[in-house]
Amino acid sequence: MSNKVVHALYNDDDILMDAVKKVKEKHIHIEDVFTPFPVHGLDKAMGLPHTKLAITAFLYGLTGLSFAIWMTNYMMIQDWPQDIGGKPNFSWFLNMPAFVPIMFELTVFFAAHLMVITFYMRSRIWPFKAAENPDVRTTDDHFLMEIAIHDNEEELKSLLSETGAVEINVIEKH
Amino acid sequence: MYQFSGKLKTIALALMVLGAVGIISGFLSTPSSVEEVKEQLHHAQNAHGGHGEAKVEHHEATDAHADHHTEASHDTHGHDAHGHADEAHHEAAPSHGEEAHGDSHAEHVFHQLKNRPWAALYVACMFFFGVTLLVLAFNAIQRVAQAGWSIVLFRVMEGITGNLLPVTIILLVLLLLGSAHVHHLFVWMAPGTVDPTAANYDAIIDGKSWWLNVPGWTIRAIVYIAGWNIYRHLSRKASLAQDNATDLVNYTKNFKMSVAFLAFFLFTESMMSWDWIMSLDPHWFSTLFGWYVLATFLVSAVTVIAMVTVYLQSKGHLEYVNDSHIHDLAKFMFGFSVFWTYLWFSQFMLIWYADMPEETTYFVQRFEEYKLPFLLMIPMNFIFPILVLINSDYKRIPNFVIGAGVVVLLGHYTDVFIMIMPATVGGEWFFGLPEIGAILFFLGLFIYSVFTSISKAPLLAKGNPFLHESETFHY
Repeated sequence: MSNKVVHALYNDDDILMDAVKKVKEKHIHIEDVFTPFPVHGLDKAMGLPHTKLAITAFLYGLTGLSFAIWMTNYMMIQDWPQDIGGKPNFSWFLNMPAFVPIMFELTVFFAAHLMVITFYMRSRIWPFKAAENPDVRTTDDHFLMEIAIHDNEEELKSLLSETGAVEINVIEKH
Repeated sequence: MYQFSGKLKTIALALMVLGAVGIISGFLSTPSSVEEVKEQLHHAQNAHGGHGEAKVEHHEATDAHADHHTEASHDTHGHDAHGHADEAHHEAAPSHGEEAHGDSHAEHVFHQLKNRPWAALYVACMFFFGVTLLVLAFNAIQRVAQAGWSIVLFRVMEGITGNLLPVTIILLVLLLLGSAHVHHLFVWMAPGTVDPTAANYDAIIDGKSWWLNVPGWTIRAIVYIAGWNIYRHLSRKASLAQDNATDLVNYTKNFKMSVAFLAFFLFTESMMSWDWIMSLDPHWFSTLFGWYVLATFLVSAVTVIAMVTVYLQSKGHLEYVNDSHIHDLAKFMFGFSVFWTYLWFSQFMLIWYADMPEETTYFVQRFEEYKLPFLLMIPMNFIFPILVLINSDYKRIPNFVIGAGVVVLLGHYTDVFIMIMPATVGGEWFFGLPEIGAILFFLGLFIYSVFTSISKAPLLAKGNPFLHESETFHY
C-alpha cells in the first residue's frame, strides 16, 4: 500500500490560517504544518493540545530546591559543621539565610536546563540529526500543510486549491 | 457611568464609624500616668510569680529571648530592646533584669503604651496612603510606557487615586501633630536630643540633624504631598479632557506630565520612606529601604487595582475588560510579590550575614518581639501568591485573584506594621481594637473616596489612541 501525502504550499500566514480552519471544518486530519516562523494561533486552529513543558519545569525546580537543601544540610551541618566566621551551624534553619542564594540558583538551574533537555527530547532535536523539512522553501518564505491521502486525492486537491494554495504536490512517502 | 450604590456607601460609612470607635477606644485606654503603669506592672508581676517581663503578651517575647541568644549579639540586644528609645524618654538605659521593675522601666512602658493608639493610626494611614500613591505611580508608568493593554483600566486607576487627597491630608495632620509634640512617634524630635547639655543628648541623632530636623522635615512632607496631589489633579483633568477632544493635545500633555512625575516620584518616594518610616529608628539606616518600601506598596497597589476591577466587572460596569486584563494584573501581582521578597530578603540577609551591631539590632528586635508576624510575612507575601498565581489558568479566574489579593494585602499591612510598630511601641504591641479600628476607618475612607471618584467620570477613557488595542487585547 502506498503512503501518499499531499503538500499544499502557501505564501502568506493569514491565508494559511484560513486554510487550516477550512480543512479542520471538513474534519480532515492535518499531519503537519511547516512554517518559517511561529504563526500566532496556529496551534489553536489545528487543535493541538496545550504543552505541559511548564509543569515539568515546575517539578524540575522543586527537584533543584530539594537538592540544594539536601546538599547544604549535608555539607555544612551534618558532615563537617565548622565554625566559619561565627555563622550558626547547629541546625540548617539557623544558617538558612546563607543558603538561600544557592537554593535559588539551583532551583533555576534545574528548572531551566532540565526543561530545555526535555524540550529537545520531546521535539527530537539533537546535533547531526537529519533535517526533516519537506521543502527547503518552508524555512524561508513558504508555508506547507501536509495531509495524508486516503483514496480522496482529487477531492483534497480541489479543497486545497480553493483555500488559496500556490502549489499542490502529491508525494509518495516511504 | 458608574453609580455609587447606596449599599456600598452605607458600608463605607459604617466602616468609618466603627473604625473611629476603635480608634477612640484606643486613645481612652492608654494609661494616664507612670503611676498607673507601675500599678499594672506590679499586678502582672504578682500574678505571674515574678516573671521577667511584665505584661501577659510578653510571654512570647520572653521565651524568644531565652531561645535565641545564640543568634544575636547578646549585648546589643539588651541595649536595643530596652534602651533604643531611651534617649527620647529622658532615661539612661537600665540594665535588663536588675532594675526591670524600677521607675525607668515603668516610664519606658508608659511611653510605649501612650504611643500605641497613635502608631496604630499611623500604620493604617501609611498603608492606605502608600497603596494609593503607588496606584498613581503605576498609572503614570502605564502612560509613559504607552502600554496597549491597560487603557480600559485607566479610569479604575484614576478612581483609586481619588483617595490620595483625603488620605494625604490625614497623613499630613498626623505628621504635623508629631512636629507639634502632640505624639512622640519620632524619638529624634524629642526636646534635648541635639542639645549637648541636655540629659538625653544623643550624639548620633545630633550628627544627622542636618537632615532630621523638624522644620526641614515638615517642609519636605508638605512638598512631597503637594507634588503628588498636583500631578494627580492635572493628570486626571487632562485625561477627562481627552475624552471629547478631537486632537491628542491632552494626551501628549499627560504623557509629558507623567514623565516629570515619575522622576519627582522616585526621589520623593525614597526620601518619604527615610523621613516617615526609617527615621522612626533614627540610629538605624539601610540603603535599599526606599526600594523595599516601594515594593511593598507597589504589589499592594496592583492588587488593589485588580480587586477593584474584578468588583466593577462583576457588577457589569467594565464591558471591555476581559480575562486577559485580569491575567496581566495577576502577573504583575505575582512578579511584584517576588520583587518584594527579593528586596526584603536582600535587606535582611545582608544585615544578618555581616551582623554589625548597629544594623543588626533592627532585626534582632523584630525577630524577638514580633516573631509571629515577622515570620508570617514569608508565607503570606511570597509562598502563597507564588503557588496560587503561578498557574496561567488560575490567573484568569477572578476568585483566585481576589483570594490571593486578600492574603497579599494582609501580608503587606503586616510588613508596614513591622516597619513602624517596633520603633514606636516596642514589646508593648498587640493587634487589638486600635489597630483594627484604624484599618476599618481607612478602609471605609478608601471605599468612599474611590467609588465617589469612579462615579464622577465614564469608565472608558475614550480619547486615548491605544484604546482600541486595549479593548481587543487578548493574551
